[in-house]
Amino acid sequence: MKPVREVAVVSTAVHQVPALTGTTEVQLMVPLLNAARDAVGLTQADIGFTCSGSSDFLAGQAFSFVQTLDAVGAFPPISESHVEMDGAFALYEAWVKLQAGEVDTALVFSYGKSSPGSLRDVLALQLDPYFLAPLWPPADAVAAIQARLLLEAGKVSGEELAEIAVRSQRNAVGNPNAVRSSPDVAVEDVMAEVPIADPLRPSDLAVESDGGCAIVLAAGDRARQLCGRPAWIRGIDHRIDAHGLGTRDLSRAPSAELAASVAAATADLAIGSLDIAELHSPTTSQEAILIRGLGLGASTEVNPSGGALAANTLMAAGLVRIAEAARRIIDDGADRALAHATSGPCLQQNLVCLMTGV
Amino acid sequence: MGEVPLRADLVLEYPFTRTTGPIIGAFLTGLREGVLTGVRRPDGTVMVPPAEYDPVTSEPLTEIVEVGQAGEVVSWTWVDPPRLQSPWDKPHGLALILLDGADTPMLHAVLVDSPDDLVTGMRVSAVWREEREGHIADLYGFAPEEVA
Repeated sequence: MKPVREVAVVSTAVHQVPALTGTTEVQLMVPLLNAARDAVGLTQADIGFTCSGSSDFLAGQAFSFVQTLDAVGAFPPISESHVEMDGAFALYEAWVKLQAGEVDTALVFSYGKSSPGSLRDVLALQLDPYFLAPLWPPADAVAAIQARLLLEAGKVSGEELAEIAVRSQRNAVGNPNAVRSSPDVAVEDVMAEVPIADPLRPSDLAVESDGGCAIVLAAGDRARQLCGRPAWIRGIDHRIDAHGLGTRDLSRAPSAELAASVAAATADLAIGSLDIAELHSPTTSQEAILIRGLGLGASTEVNPSGGALAANTLMAAGLVRIAEAARRIIDDGADRALAHATSGPCLQQNLVCLMTGV
Repeated sequence: MGEVPLRADLVLEYPFTRTTGPIIGAFLTGLREGVLTGVRRPDGTVMVPPAEYDPVTSEPLTEIVEVGQAGEVVSWTWVDPPRLQSPWDKPHGLALILLDGADTPMLHAVLVDSPDDLVTGMRVSAVWREEREGHIADLYGFAPEEVA
């Protein structure tokens, strides 16, 4: 969709930990929502539209997001929506709302607390309900089947996957929201790990985390009032591939490629010329598919935060990618950034968001 | 009286029945009969397991095609330990299997003792449960094909 209004990320807040024990989702989100609003001097009364992303499967309860609205402050009544998806897709909905011109500000947030259950098993429930879910294939096994296709087709080597794991762990050093980091891990260390979902090793799989993310969006001059250097969303698109694992070429992510090309054309930006890219890759093999498929250039720094490999909060890791990329524009002076979010097995659904500082 | 905690049991349930429709229903009925079926797509290829609509063109699909009981492992991994809710109680392979006569692979178990017994391209054939009810687990998995 071609933007008719300039819309930017003006503030971000992220919190991720290995496991939230004794903390509810409401308690998690109160400080994050306050931080995102306070950073730009807004209260909930100043927010035109609020959109969230979360999962009833994690909460074990229908309409669980309604309780989390207590953290937002929903009285007097607010204009609000929710997606049972990663918060990146909630951000897309808010962006569309801002394009419609009825509001000038939006609050987007998402959260996930998967630690009480076994996420690799819970994720089996997102698969086809007749052919796959009753077999309970764990998420890492499904990803491993995809990884083997890549490796045996010669599209990537085991060393390349280990290099991606090493880059993530090293970049994550100093990121308070990463839960796996190491300043001195080497490719040989990763290659020496025993596969847990053959051919994937522990370092090939993203670390599960609990946490949340909140972002404030604003349009045009309102964004310029609120933030010295807004991260302008110049192109954003999301696409989906067929859900049958056998009906698509798992060594590619056609929907990611399409979303990137549409976003790049809208933004009038070359994907090969970006400063940074934050990729939501649940495995190193999926990151390899994305780097190639999106067409990232050699000069683009990939996952300076460590990426989702360093902390993969279900329902929030994609929105965290947008927050990390935007923060580097807002605070660190980066000019051109890509943020990616995925959903479903084997990179089935993908969102690409291109942002610039000017 | 002592303090008795208030207690309320919660049973998560889905109290509805659904029809599986003419295509997926036919596949599940086939499983009960020990037969594997797919559906023909407009380009002449056969998709297994089937869908009511073409995943690329969205055209309705109607022609059910029986496919072979054996095929080739396209990719695989090893599941150890077996998952609690799954049909299997010991470690097993999990693979994409391209059945003879099919053009898309299906995901199911390969019943071997060790990942050393798995290799891409190996031939496997269906292992059926004796009691079948029209469920994907009627097919217990695939075993390496006997070499003649």
